[in-house]
Amino acid sequence: MNDHIFHIATNTFREAVRDRVLYNLIAFALLMSGAAVLVGQISIGIERLVVINLGLTAVSLFGVVIAIFIGIGLVSKEIDKRTLYTVLSRPVRRWEFIAGKFFGLSGTLVVNTIFMAIGVFGALLYVSHGLERSDALVLLALYFIVLQFVIITALALFFSSFSSPLLSAVFAFSLFVIGSFAEDLRRFATIAHGLTGWLATGAAYLVPNLSALNIINQVAHGTPVGGQVIAYDTAYALMYTIAVLSGAVLIFEHRNLK
Amino acid sequence: MAVIETHQLEKMYSVGFWRKRPKHALYPLDLIVEEGEIFGFLGPNGAGKTTTLKLLMGLVFPSAGSARILGMDLDDPRMKAQIGFLPEQPYFYDYLTARELLRYFGQLSGVDAKRLTARVDAVLARVGLRDAGNVHLRKFSKGMLQRVGIAQSILHEPKVVFLDEPMSGLDPMGRREVRNLMEELQIEGKTVFFSTHILSDAEALCDRVAIIHEGKLRGVGAVEELTAGVRAQVEVVYAGTEVPAALVALGAECRVAGDTVRAVVPQGEQEAALEALKRERLRLISLTPLRASLEDYFVAQLGSPKIEAAEVLEHNT
Repeated sequence: MNDHIFHIATNTFREAVRDRVLYNLIAFALLMSGAAVLVGQISIGIERLVVINLGLTAVSLFGVVIAIFIGIGLVSKEIDKRTLYTVLSRPVRRWEFIAGKFFGLSGTLVVNTIFMAIGVFGALLYVSHGLERSDALVLLALYFIVLQFVIITALALFFSSFSSPLLSAVFAFSLFVIGSFAEDLRRFATIAHGLTGWLATGAAYLVPNLSALNIINQVAHGTPVGGQVIAYDTAYALMYTIAVLSGAVLIFEHRNLK
Repeated sequence: MAVIETHQLEKMYSVGFWRKRPKHALYPLDLIVEEGEIFGFLGPNGAGKTTTLKLLMGLVFPSAGSARILGMDLDDPRMKAQIGFLPEQPYFYDYLTARELLRYFGQLSGVDAKRLTARVDAVLARVGLRDAGNVHLRKFSKGMLQRVGIAQSILHEPKVVFLDEPMSGLDPMGRREVRNLMEELQIEGKTVFFSTHILSDAEALCDRVAIIHEGKLRGVGAVEELTAGVRAQVEVVYAGTEVPAALVALGAECRVAGDTVRAVVPQGEQEAALEALKRERLRLISLTPLRASLEDYFVAQLGSPKIEAAEVLEHNT
Protein backbone atom coordinates (compact mmCIF):
# COMPACT_ATOMS: atom_id res chain seq x y z
CA MET A 1 0.00 0.00 0.00
CA ASN A 2 1.47 3.36 -0.96
CA ASP A 3 1.87 6.20 1.54
CA HIS A 4 -1.06 8.29 0.31
CA ILE A 5 -3.49 5.36 0.47
CA PHE A 6 -2.22 4.47 3.94
CA HIS A 7 -2.64 8.03 5.29
CA ILE A 8 -6.12 8.45 3.76
CA ALA A 9 -7.16 5.03 5.11
CA THR A 10 -5.84 5.90 8.57
CA ASN A 11 -7.73 9.18 8.54
CA THR A 12 -10.94 7.44 7.43
CA PHE A 13 -10.56 4.98 10.29
CA ARG A 14 -9.94 7.82 12.73
CA GLU A 15 -13.04 9.64 11.48
CA ALA A 16 -15.18 6.56 12.03
CA VAL A 17 -13.82 6.08 15.55
CA ARG A 18 -14.25 9.75 16.48
CA ASP A 19 -17.74 9.86 15.00
CA ARG A 20 -18.53 7.13 17.53
CA VAL A 21 -19.25 4.47 14.92
CA LEU A 22 -17.83 1.82 17.24
CA TYR A 23 -20.54 2.72 19.76
CA ASN A 24 -22.64 0.14 17.88
CA LEU A 25 -20.57 -2.37 19.84
CA ILE A 26 -22.41 -1.35 23.00
CA ALA A 27 -25.74 -2.19 21.36
CA PHE A 28 -24.24 -5.44 20.10
CA ALA A 29 -22.88 -6.34 23.54
CA LEU A 30 -26.27 -5.70 25.12
CA LEU A 31 -27.97 -7.83 22.44
CA MET A 32 -25.55 -10.72 22.90
CA SER A 33 -25.73 -10.65 26.70
CA GLY A 34 -29.52 -10.51 26.64
CA ALA A 35 -29.68 -13.28 24.05
CA ALA A 36 -27.27 -15.50 25.98
CA VAL A 37 -29.24 -15.18 29.20
CA LEU A 38 -32.59 -15.65 27.47
CA VAL A 39 -31.47 -18.55 25.27
CA GLY A 40 -30.01 -20.29 28.29
CA GLN A 41 -33.45 -20.29 29.89
CA ILE A 42 -35.76 -21.11 26.97
CA SER A 43 -33.75 -23.32 24.59
CA ILE A 44 -32.92 -26.78 25.67
CA GLY A 45 -30.23 -28.54 23.64
CA ILE A 46 -30.09 -25.96 20.86
CA GLU A 47 -28.56 -23.07 22.78
CA ARG A 48 -25.40 -23.17 20.70
CA LEU A 49 -27.31 -23.22 17.41
CA VAL A 50 -29.45 -20.26 18.47
CA VAL A 51 -26.52 -18.22 19.79
CA ILE A 52 -24.41 -18.83 16.67
CA ASN A 53 -27.33 -18.02 14.36
CA LEU A 54 -28.34 -14.92 16.27
CA GLY A 55 -24.79 -13.74 16.91
CA LEU A 56 -23.53 -14.08 13.34
CA THR A 57 -26.70 -12.58 11.87
CA ALA A 58 -26.31 -9.61 14.22
CA VAL A 59 -22.63 -9.25 13.26
CA SER A 60 -23.64 -9.26 9.61
CA LEU A 61 -26.49 -6.74 9.98
CA PHE A 62 -24.56 -4.33 12.19
CA GLY A 63 -21.67 -4.38 9.75
CA VAL A 64 -23.84 -3.98 6.66
CA VAL A 65 -25.57 -0.97 8.18
CA ILE A 66 -22.20 0.62 8.98
CA ALA A 67 -20.78 -0.24 5.54
CA ILE A 68 -23.74 1.33 3.75
CA PHE A 69 -24.32 4.38 5.92
CA ILE A 70 -20.67 5.36 6.15
CA GLY A 71 -19.75 4.16 2.69
CA ILE A 72 -22.36 6.32 0.93
CA GLY A 73 -20.82 9.47 2.43
CA LEU A 74 -17.18 8.59 1.83
CA VAL A 75 -16.90 10.60 -1.36
CA SER A 76 -20.10 12.68 -1.54
CA LYS A 77 -19.63 14.13 1.95
CA GLU A 78 -16.09 15.17 1.08
CA ILE A 79 -17.37 16.90 -2.06
CA ASP A 80 -20.29 18.58 -0.29
CA LYS A 81 -18.12 19.88 2.52
CA ARG A 82 -15.28 20.64 0.09
CA THR A 83 -12.74 18.86 2.32
CA LEU A 84 -11.68 17.06 -0.84
CA TYR A 85 -10.28 20.25 -2.40
CA THR A 86 -7.31 20.44 -0.08
CA VAL A 87 -6.61 16.72 -0.53
CA LEU A 88 -6.75 16.63 -4.32
CA SER A 89 -4.71 19.82 -4.69
CA ARG A 90 -1.85 17.81 -3.18
CA PRO A 91 0.11 15.12 -5.02
CA VAL A 92 -2.68 12.62 -4.42
CA ARG A 93 -4.19 10.77 -7.37
CA ARG A 94 -7.94 10.39 -7.45
CA TRP A 95 -7.65 6.59 -7.49
CA GLU A 96 -5.48 6.77 -4.37
CA PHE A 97 -8.24 8.71 -2.63
CA ILE A 98 -10.84 6.07 -3.54
CA ALA A 99 -8.53 3.23 -2.49
CA GLY A 100 -7.66 4.98 0.80
CA LYS A 101 -11.32 5.52 1.64
CA PHE A 102 -12.09 1.88 0.81
CA PHE A 103 -9.30 0.48 2.97
CA GLY A 104 -10.15 2.87 5.80
CA LEU A 105 -13.76 1.78 6.03
CA SER A 106 -12.91 -1.88 5.46
CA GLY A 107 -10.39 -1.64 8.28
CA THR A 108 -13.01 -0.10 10.54
CA LEU A 109 -15.37 -2.97 9.76
CA VAL A 110 -12.68 -5.57 10.43
CA VAL A 111 -11.92 -4.05 13.84
CA ASN A 112 -15.64 -3.83 14.58
CA THR A 113 -16.09 -7.47 13.57
CA ILE A 114 -13.21 -8.59 15.80
CA PHE A 115 -14.87 -6.98 18.82
CA MET A 116 -18.25 -8.46 17.89
CA ALA A 117 -16.62 -11.88 17.39
CA ILE A 118 -15.35 -11.68 20.96
CA GLY A 119 -18.97 -11.02 21.98
CA VAL A 120 -20.25 -14.04 20.04
CA PHE A 121 -17.64 -16.36 21.58
CA GLY A 122 -18.39 -14.88 25.01
CA ALA A 123 -22.08 -15.72 24.60
CA LEU A 124 -21.20 -19.22 23.35
CA LEU A 125 -18.98 -19.74 26.36
CA TYR A 126 -21.79 -18.60 28.63
CA VAL A 127 -24.49 -20.92 27.24
CA SER A 128 -22.34 -24.04 26.80
CA HIS A 129 -19.76 -23.49 29.53
CA GLY A 130 -16.94 -24.18 27.08
CA LEU A 131 -15.92 -24.08 23.44
CA GLU A 132 -15.90 -27.01 21.03
CA ARG A 133 -13.61 -27.78 18.12
CA SER A 134 -16.46 -27.10 15.65
CA ASP A 135 -16.72 -23.56 17.02
CA ALA A 136 -13.69 -22.74 14.89
CA LEU A 137 -16.17 -22.74 12.01
CA VAL A 138 -17.61 -19.55 13.52
CA LEU A 139 -14.33 -17.89 12.61
CA LEU A 140 -14.81 -19.04 9.02
CA ALA A 141 -18.34 -17.62 8.96
CA LEU A 142 -16.96 -14.33 10.31
CA TYR A 143 -14.36 -14.34 7.54
CA PHE A 144 -17.14 -14.75 4.95
CA ILE A 145 -19.12 -11.97 6.61
CA VAL A 146 -16.08 -9.69 6.30
CA LEU A 147 -15.94 -10.57 2.59
CA GLN A 148 -19.57 -9.43 2.34
CA PHE A 149 -18.66 -6.16 4.08
CA VAL A 150 -15.83 -5.61 1.63
CA ILE A 151 -18.19 -6.01 -1.33
CA ILE A 152 -20.86 -3.77 0.18
CA THR A 153 -18.29 -1.11 1.10
CA ALA A 154 -17.07 -1.11 -2.49
CA LEU A 155 -20.66 -0.80 -3.77
CA ALA A 156 -21.48 2.06 -1.38
CA LEU A 157 -18.28 3.82 -2.42
CA PHE A 158 -19.13 3.25 -6.08
CA PHE A 159 -22.55 4.89 -5.74
CA SER A 160 -21.07 7.63 -3.57
CA SER A 161 -18.68 8.55 -6.39
CA PHE A 162 -21.51 9.89 -8.58
CA SER A 163 -24.76 9.96 -6.63
CA SER A 164 -26.33 11.70 -3.64
CA PRO A 165 -26.13 9.96 -0.23
CA LEU A 166 -29.86 9.17 -0.24
CA LEU A 167 -29.82 7.55 -3.67
CA SER A 168 -26.56 5.78 -2.86
CA ALA A 169 -28.15 4.31 0.26
CA VAL A 170 -31.16 3.12 -1.72
CA PHE A 171 -29.00 1.56 -4.45
CA ALA A 172 -26.55 -0.07 -2.04
CA PHE A 173 -29.26 -1.44 0.25
CA SER A 174 -31.25 -2.75 -2.74
CA LEU A 175 -28.20 -4.58 -4.05
CA PHE A 176 -27.56 -6.00 -0.59
CA VAL A 177 -31.10 -7.38 -0.40
CA ILE A 178 -31.10 -8.72 -3.97
CA GLY A 179 -27.57 -10.08 -3.48
CA SER A 180 -28.70 -11.96 -0.39
CA PHE A 181 -31.12 -13.85 -2.65
CA ALA A 182 -28.72 -14.15 -5.58
CA GLU A 183 -28.87 -17.97 -5.62
CA ASP A 184 -32.67 -17.84 -5.97
CA LEU A 185 -32.27 -15.28 -8.76
CA ARG A 186 -29.87 -17.62 -10.56
CA ARG A 187 -32.26 -20.55 -10.24
CA PHE A 188 -35.06 -18.36 -11.60
CA ALA A 189 -32.85 -17.33 -14.52
CA THR A 190 -32.34 -20.96 -15.51
CA ILE A 191 -36.07 -21.65 -15.75
CA ALA A 192 -37.17 -18.28 -17.24
CA HIS A 193 -37.40 -17.85 -21.02
CA GLY A 194 -37.15 -15.04 -23.52
CA LEU A 195 -36.49 -11.48 -22.39
CA THR A 196 -37.23 -12.33 -18.76
CA GLY A 197 -34.63 -15.06 -18.89
CA TRP A 198 -32.06 -12.73 -20.39
CA LEU A 199 -32.77 -10.01 -17.86
CA ALA A 200 -32.73 -12.44 -14.94
CA THR A 201 -29.44 -13.95 -16.11
CA GLY A 202 -27.91 -10.50 -16.53
CA ALA A 203 -29.11 -9.38 -13.11
CA ALA A 204 -27.94 -12.63 -11.50
CA TYR A 205 -24.41 -12.05 -12.70
CA LEU A 206 -24.43 -8.32 -12.06
CA VAL A 207 -25.59 -8.29 -8.44
CA PRO A 208 -23.14 -9.56 -5.83
CA ASN A 209 -23.73 -13.16 -4.88
CA LEU A 210 -23.93 -12.52 -1.15
CA SER A 211 -25.94 -15.68 -0.51
CA ALA A 212 -22.86 -17.72 -1.49
CA LEU A 213 -20.97 -15.90 1.25
CA ASN A 214 -23.59 -16.64 3.87
CA ILE A 215 -22.62 -19.86 5.65
CA ILE A 216 -24.21 -19.02 8.99
CA ASN A 217 -26.68 -21.95 8.86
CA GLN A 218 -24.00 -24.45 7.91
CA VAL A 219 -21.76 -23.26 10.71
CA ALA A 220 -24.60 -23.29 13.25
CA HIS A 221 -25.24 -26.95 12.39
CA GLY A 222 -21.52 -27.77 12.45
CA THR A 223 -21.40 -28.70 8.73
CA PRO A 224 -17.83 -28.43 7.44
CA VAL A 225 -17.01 -26.06 4.57
CA GLY A 226 -14.63 -27.28 1.85
CA GLY A 227 -11.32 -25.58 1.13
CA GLN A 228 -12.31 -25.17 -2.51
CA VAL A 229 -15.44 -23.24 -1.53
CA ILE A 230 -13.33 -20.95 0.64
CA ALA A 231 -10.86 -20.34 -2.18
CA TYR A 232 -13.57 -19.76 -4.83
CA ASP A 233 -15.62 -17.46 -2.65
CA THR A 234 -12.55 -15.47 -1.63
CA ALA A 235 -11.52 -15.08 -5.26
CA TYR A 236 -15.08 -14.12 -6.24
CA ALA A 237 -15.37 -11.50 -3.48
CA LEU A 238 -12.00 -9.98 -4.34
CA MET A 239 -12.65 -9.88 -8.09
CA TYR A 240 -16.12 -8.41 -7.63
CA THR A 241 -14.70 -5.77 -5.26
CA ILE A 242 -11.88 -4.87 -7.66
CA ALA A 243 -14.38 -4.55 -10.53
CA VAL A 244 -16.70 -2.28 -8.52
CA LEU A 245 -13.81 -0.16 -7.24
CA SER A 246 -12.47 0.16 -10.78
CA GLY A 247 -15.88 1.49 -11.80
CA ALA A 248 -15.80 3.98 -8.93
CA VAL A 249 -12.32 5.14 -9.93
CA LEU A 250 -13.34 5.44 -13.60
CA ILE A 251 -16.28 7.67 -12.72
CA PHE A 252 -14.44 9.69 -10.09
CA GLU A 253 -11.43 10.31 -12.34
CA HIS A 254 -13.68 12.24 -14.75
CA ARG A 255 -15.92 13.95 -12.26
CA ASN A 256 -15.98 17.74 -11.97
CA LEU A 257 -16.08 18.74 -8.31
CA LYS A 258 -18.72 21.40 -7.81
CA MET B 1 10.03 32.70 -15.97
CA ALA B 2 6.30 31.98 -16.31
CA VAL B 3 5.07 30.04 -13.29
CA ILE B 4 1.42 29.87 -14.31
CA GLU B 5 0.36 29.77 -17.96
CA THR B 6 -3.11 29.30 -19.33
CA HIS B 7 -3.82 29.00 -23.02
CA GLN B 8 -7.41 29.44 -24.18
CA LEU B 9 -8.52 27.79 -20.93
CA GLU B 10 -12.26 27.47 -21.06
CA LYS B 11 -15.02 25.95 -18.96
CA MET B 12 -18.61 25.37 -19.97
CA TYR B 13 -21.38 23.73 -17.99
CA SER B 14 -24.76 22.44 -19.06
CA VAL B 15 -27.64 24.09 -17.29
CA GLY B 16 -31.36 23.37 -17.31
CA PHE B 17 -33.18 20.18 -16.44
CA TRP B 18 -35.08 19.17 -19.56
CA ARG B 19 -33.47 21.28 -22.26
CA LYS B 20 -29.81 21.42 -21.43
CA ARG B 21 -28.02 24.49 -22.71
CA PRO B 22 -24.36 25.38 -22.41
CA LYS B 23 -23.28 28.13 -20.05
CA HIS B 24 -19.81 29.61 -20.04
CA ALA B 25 -18.28 29.72 -16.56
CA LEU B 26 -15.01 30.83 -18.11
CA TYR B 27 -14.43 32.11 -21.64
CA PRO B 28 -11.07 31.25 -23.25
CA LEU B 29 -8.47 32.64 -20.88
CA ASP B 30 -4.86 33.45 -21.72
CA LEU B 31 -2.87 34.41 -18.66
CA ILE B 32 0.75 34.37 -17.61
CA VAL B 33 1.97 34.84 -14.06
CA GLU B 34 5.68 35.36 -13.56
CA GLU B 35 7.87 33.89 -10.84
CA GLY B 36 7.93 35.86 -7.57
CA GLU B 37 4.84 37.93 -8.35
CA ILE B 38 1.89 38.64 -6.11
CA PHE B 39 -0.85 38.36 -8.67
CA GLY B 40 -4.41 39.44 -7.88
CA PHE B 41 -7.32 37.84 -9.67
CA LEU B 42 -10.20 40.26 -9.25
CA GLY B 43 -13.87 40.18 -10.04
CA PRO B 44 -17.28 40.35 -8.44
CA ASN B 45 -18.92 37.26 -7.00
CA GLY B 46 -19.72 34.75 -9.72
CA ALA B 47 -17.19 36.26 -12.14
CA GLY B 48 -15.28 33.01 -12.69
CA LYS B 49 -12.45 33.41 -10.18
CA THR B 50 -13.12 30.19 -8.27
CA THR B 51 -13.77 28.28 -11.50
CA THR B 52 -10.33 29.34 -12.75
CA LEU B 53 -8.69 28.26 -9.51
CA LYS B 54 -10.53 24.93 -9.58
CA LEU B 55 -9.34 24.38 -13.13
CA LEU B 56 -5.76 25.12 -12.11
CA MET B 57 -6.05 22.75 -9.12
CA GLY B 58 -7.44 19.95 -11.30
CA LEU B 59 -10.71 19.89 -9.36
CA VAL B 60 -12.72 20.52 -12.52
CA PHE B 61 -11.65 19.73 -16.05
CA PRO B 62 -11.43 22.29 -18.85
CA SER B 63 -13.88 22.16 -21.74
CA ALA B 64 -11.07 23.43 -23.97
CA GLY B 65 -7.59 24.89 -23.73
CA SER B 66 -4.76 24.02 -21.42
CA ALA B 67 -2.74 25.27 -18.48
CA ARG B 68 0.65 24.58 -16.96
CA ILE B 69 2.06 25.38 -13.56
CA LEU B 70 5.83 25.45 -13.06
CA GLY B 71 6.06 24.14 -16.61
CA MET B 72 4.22 20.96 -15.74
CA ASP B 73 0.77 19.60 -16.56
CA LEU B 74 -2.03 20.16 -14.07
CA ASP B 75 -2.26 16.47 -13.13
CA ASP B 76 1.46 16.05 -12.50
CA PRO B 77 2.04 15.04 -8.85
CA ARG B 78 5.55 16.61 -8.95
CA MET B 79 3.91 19.95 -9.67
CA LYS B 80 1.29 19.46 -6.95
CA ALA B 81 4.01 18.83 -4.38
CA GLN B 82 5.25 22.36 -5.10
CA ILE B 83 1.98 24.28 -4.84
CA GLY B 84 -0.27 25.24 -1.94
CA PHE B 85 -3.99 25.96 -2.15
CA LEU B 86 -6.48 27.66 0.13
CA PRO B 87 -10.06 27.11 -1.08
CA GLU B 88 -12.76 29.73 -0.61
CA GLN B 89 -14.47 29.42 2.80
CA PRO B 90 -12.48 26.33 3.68
CA TYR B 91 -13.97 23.55 5.72
CA PHE B 92 -11.76 20.90 7.24
CA TYR B 93 -12.22 17.59 9.03
CA ASP B 94 -13.71 18.90 12.25
CA TYR B 95 -12.99 15.71 14.20
CA LEU B 96 -9.27 16.52 13.98
CA THR B 97 -7.26 19.03 15.94
CA ALA B 98 -5.43 21.73 14.00
CA ARG B 99 -2.14 19.91 14.62
CA GLU B 100 -3.55 16.54 13.45
CA LEU B 101 -4.97 18.14 10.30
CA LEU B 102 -1.67 19.76 9.43
CA ARG B 103 0.21 16.52 10.06
CA TYR B 104 -2.22 14.71 7.74
CA PHE B 105 -1.81 17.28 4.97
CA GLY B 106 1.96 17.29 5.51
CA GLN B 107 2.02 13.51 5.06
CA LEU B 108 -0.03 13.77 1.86
CA SER B 109 2.33 16.45 0.57
CA GLY B 110 5.32 14.23 1.24
CA VAL B 111 6.89 16.32 4.00
CA ASP B 112 9.70 14.33 5.61
CA ALA B 113 8.48 12.68 8.84
CA LYS B 114 11.47 14.04 10.79
CA ARG B 115 10.69 17.62 9.77
CA LEU B 116 6.91 17.41 10.00
CA THR B 117 6.48 18.22 13.70
CA ALA B 118 8.75 21.26 13.43
CA ARG B 119 6.98 22.47 10.28
CA VAL B 120 3.54 22.08 11.87
CA ASP B 121 4.64 24.08 14.92
CA ALA B 122 6.21 26.74 12.70
CA VAL B 123 3.14 27.32 10.53
CA LEU B 124 0.79 27.29 13.52
CA ALA B 125 2.92 30.03 15.08
CA ARG B 126 3.06 31.90 11.78
CA VAL B 127 -0.74 32.13 11.47
CA GLY B 128 -1.22 32.96 15.16
CA LEU B 129 -2.58 29.59 16.27
CA ARG B 130 0.33 28.43 18.43
CA ASP B 131 -1.93 27.88 21.45
CA ALA B 132 -4.83 26.35 19.51
CA GLY B 133 -2.94 23.46 17.93
CA ASN B 134 -4.56 20.81 20.09
CA VAL B 135 -8.11 22.14 19.84
CA HIS B 136 -10.61 20.28 17.67
CA LEU B 137 -11.52 22.20 14.54
CA ARG B 138 -15.23 21.97 15.32
CA LYS B 139 -14.54 24.49 18.07
CA PHE B 140 -12.82 26.96 15.72
CA SER B 141 -14.38 30.24 14.59
CA LYS B 142 -14.58 31.11 10.90
CA GLY B 143 -11.52 33.32 11.18
CA MET B 144 -9.52 30.58 12.92
CA LEU B 145 -10.48 28.10 10.19
CA GLN B 146 -9.26 30.60 7.61
CA ARG B 147 -5.94 30.74 9.46
CA VAL B 148 -5.70 26.94 9.51
CA GLY B 149 -6.44 27.03 5.80
CA ILE B 150 -3.59 29.41 5.20
CA ALA B 151 -1.32 27.29 7.41
CA GLN B 152 -2.02 24.13 5.38
CA SER B 153 -1.35 25.98 2.15
CA ILE B 154 2.20 26.94 3.16
CA LEU B 155 3.02 23.94 5.36
CA HIS B 156 5.10 22.10 2.75
CA GLU B 157 6.96 25.26 1.65
CA PRO B 158 5.45 25.40 -1.84
CA LYS B 159 6.89 27.50 -4.66
CA VAL B 160 3.47 28.78 -5.71
CA VAL B 161 0.59 29.57 -3.35
CA PHE B 162 -2.99 29.87 -4.61
CA LEU B 163 -5.35 31.62 -2.23
CA ASP B 164 -9.07 31.91 -2.97
CA GLU B 165 -10.48 34.90 -1.08
CA PRO B 166 -7.85 34.66 1.70
CA MET B 167 -9.19 37.66 3.64
CA SER B 168 -12.70 36.22 3.87
CA GLY B 169 -13.90 35.84 7.44
CA LEU B 170 -10.96 37.71 8.94
CA ASP B 171 -11.17 40.77 11.16
CA PRO B 172 -9.12 43.88 10.25
CA MET B 173 -6.11 42.66 12.24
CA GLY B 174 -6.34 39.24 10.63
CA ARG B 175 -6.50 40.81 7.18
CA ARG B 176 -3.42 42.84 7.88
CA GLU B 177 -1.60 39.71 9.11
CA VAL B 178 -2.50 37.87 5.93
CA ARG B 179 -1.32 40.79 3.83
CA ASN B 180 1.97 40.76 5.74
CA LEU B 181 2.22 37.00 5.28
CA MET B 182 1.76 37.33 1.53
CA GLU B 183 4.49 39.94 1.38
CA GLU B 184 6.78 37.67 3.40
CA LEU B 185 6.07 34.82 1.00
CA GLN B 186 7.08 37.06 -1.87
CA ILE B 187 10.30 38.01 -0.08
CA GLU B 188 10.99 34.28 0.31
CA GLY B 189 10.80 34.03 -3.48
CA LYS B 190 7.39 32.39 -3.72
CA THR B 191 4.71 33.28 -6.24
CA VAL B 192 1.31 34.19 -4.79
CA PHE B 193 -1.85 34.00 -6.90
CA PHE B 194 -4.88 35.17 -5.01
CA SER B 195 -8.46 35.92 -5.88
CA THR B 196 -10.41 38.63 -4.17
CA HIS B 197 -13.20 41.10 -4.65
CA ILE B 198 -11.75 43.44 -2.02
CA LEU B 199 -10.01 45.95 -4.23
CA SER B 200 -8.03 47.73 -1.51
CA ASP B 201 -6.24 44.46 -0.69
CA ALA B 202 -5.28 43.98 -4.32
CA GLU B 203 -4.20 47.58 -4.70
CA ALA B 204 -1.99 47.39 -1.61
CA LEU B 205 -0.38 44.05 -2.42
CA CYS B 206 -0.30 43.11 -6.06
CA ASP B 207 2.47 43.50 -8.57
CA ARG B 208 -0.12 42.80 -11.25
CA VAL B 209 -3.82 42.11 -11.35
CA ALA B 210 -6.28 40.57 -13.74
CA ILE B 211 -9.91 41.66 -13.83
CA ILE B 212 -12.50 39.06 -14.71
CA HIS B 213 -16.23 39.57 -15.09
CA GLU B 214 -18.92 37.18 -16.29
CA GLY B 215 -16.21 34.67 -17.17
CA LYS B 216 -14.32 37.08 -19.44
CA LEU B 217 -10.94 38.61 -18.81
CA ARG B 218 -11.36 42.41 -18.90
CA GLY B 219 -7.80 43.53 -18.25
CA VAL B 220 -4.36 42.48 -16.99
CA GLY B 221 -1.45 44.58 -15.81
CA ALA B 222 0.14 46.53 -13.00
CA VAL B 223 -2.32 48.64 -11.01
CA GLU B 224 -0.65 51.89 -12.21
CA GLU B 225 -0.85 50.77 -15.85
CA LEU B 226 -4.51 49.92 -15.58
CA THR B 227 -5.55 53.04 -13.70
CA ALA B 228 -3.54 55.32 -16.03
CA GLY B 229 -6.18 54.83 -18.67
CA VAL B 230 -9.05 55.80 -16.37
CA ARG B 231 -10.51 59.30 -16.94
CA ALA B 232 -8.94 61.73 -14.45
CA GLN B 233 -11.13 63.69 -12.06
CA VAL B 234 -10.83 66.68 -9.73
CA GLU B 235 -12.52 67.26 -6.42
CA VAL B 236 -14.01 70.71 -5.95
CA VAL B 237 -15.09 71.67 -2.41
CA TYR B 238 -17.03 74.93 -1.89
CA ALA B 239 -19.00 76.64 0.89
CA GLY B 240 -22.77 76.41 0.70
CA THR B 241 -25.56 73.90 0.60
CA GLU B 242 -26.86 74.33 -2.94
CA VAL B 243 -25.73 72.57 -6.11
CA PRO B 244 -25.88 74.79 -9.19
CA ALA B 245 -27.60 73.25 -12.22
CA ALA B 246 -24.58 74.19 -14.35
CA LEU B 247 -22.39 71.97 -12.18
CA VAL B 248 -24.77 69.02 -12.50
CA ALA B 249 -24.80 69.55 -16.25
CA LEU B 250 -21.03 69.03 -16.29
CA GLY B 251 -21.53 65.51 -14.90
CA ALA B 252 -20.42 66.36 -11.38
CA GLU B 253 -21.12 63.92 -8.55
CA CYS B 254 -22.10 66.22 -5.68
CA ARG B 255 -22.47 65.48 -1.99
CA VAL B 256 -23.64 68.06 0.57
CA ALA B 257 -21.98 67.68 3.97
CA GLY B 258 -23.00 70.32 6.55
CA ASP B 259 -22.29 73.75 5.05
CA THR B 260 -19.93 72.52 2.34
CA VAL B 261 -20.46 70.72 -0.95
CA ARG B 262 -18.01 68.18 -2.42
CA ALA B 263 -18.25 67.90 -6.18
CA VAL B 264 -16.21 65.47 -8.28
CA VAL B 265 -15.97 66.50 -11.95
CA PRO B 266 -13.98 65.20 -14.91
CA GLN B 267 -10.61 66.95 -15.13
CA GLY B 268 -11.49 68.44 -18.54
CA GLU B 269 -14.47 70.25 -16.99
CA GLN B 270 -12.43 71.83 -14.20
CA GLU B 271 -12.46 75.36 -15.67
CA ALA B 272 -16.17 75.23 -16.47
CA ALA B 273 -16.93 74.09 -12.91
CA LEU B 274 -14.95 76.96 -11.41
CA GLU B 275 -16.75 79.36 -13.75
CA ALA B 276 -20.10 78.01 -12.59
CA LEU B 277 -19.18 78.56 -8.92
CA LYS B 278 -18.02 82.10 -9.72
CA ARG B 279 -21.31 82.89 -11.48
CA GLU B 280 -23.30 81.68 -8.49
CA ARG B 281 -20.97 83.60 -6.09
CA LEU B 282 -20.06 80.42 -4.20
CA ARG B 283 -16.78 80.41 -2.24
CA LEU B 284 -14.23 77.82 -3.35
CA ILE B 285 -12.55 76.00 -0.43
CA SER B 286 -10.29 73.52 -2.23
CA LEU B 287 -9.49 72.01 -5.60
CA THR B 288 -7.76 68.59 -5.56
CA PRO B 289 -6.80 66.35 -8.49
CA LEU B 290 -7.94 62.76 -7.78
CA ARG B 291 -5.70 59.79 -8.54
CA ALA B 292 -7.64 57.03 -10.28
CA SER B 293 -7.94 53.96 -8.09
CA LEU B 294 -8.35 50.32 -8.97
CA GLU B 295 -11.96 50.76 -7.99
CA ASP B 296 -12.34 53.44 -10.70
CA TYR B 297 -10.83 51.06 -13.23
CA PHE B 298 -13.10 48.31 -11.99
CA VAL B 299 -16.17 50.53 -12.41
CA ALA B 300 -15.03 51.66 -15.84
CA GLN B 301 -14.48 48.07 -17.00
CA LEU B 302 -17.52 46.45 -15.51
CA GLY B 303 -19.83 49.42 -15.82
CA SER B 304 -22.55 47.98 -13.63
CA PRO B 305 -23.54 50.31 -10.81
CA LYS B 306 -25.40 47.49 -9.06
CA ILE B 307 -22.30 45.34 -8.84
CA GLU B 308 -20.10 48.24 -7.90
CA ALA B 309 -22.37 49.35 -5.11
CA ALA B 310 -22.07 45.89 -3.56
CA GLU B 311 -18.32 45.76 -4.06
CA VAL B 312 -17.72 49.24 -2.67
CA LEU B 313 -19.89 48.45 0.31
CA GLU B 314 -17.88 45.32 1.01
CA HIS B 315 -14.67 47.22 0.46
CA ASN B 316 -15.67 49.81 3.03
CA THR B 317 -16.77 47.34 5.69
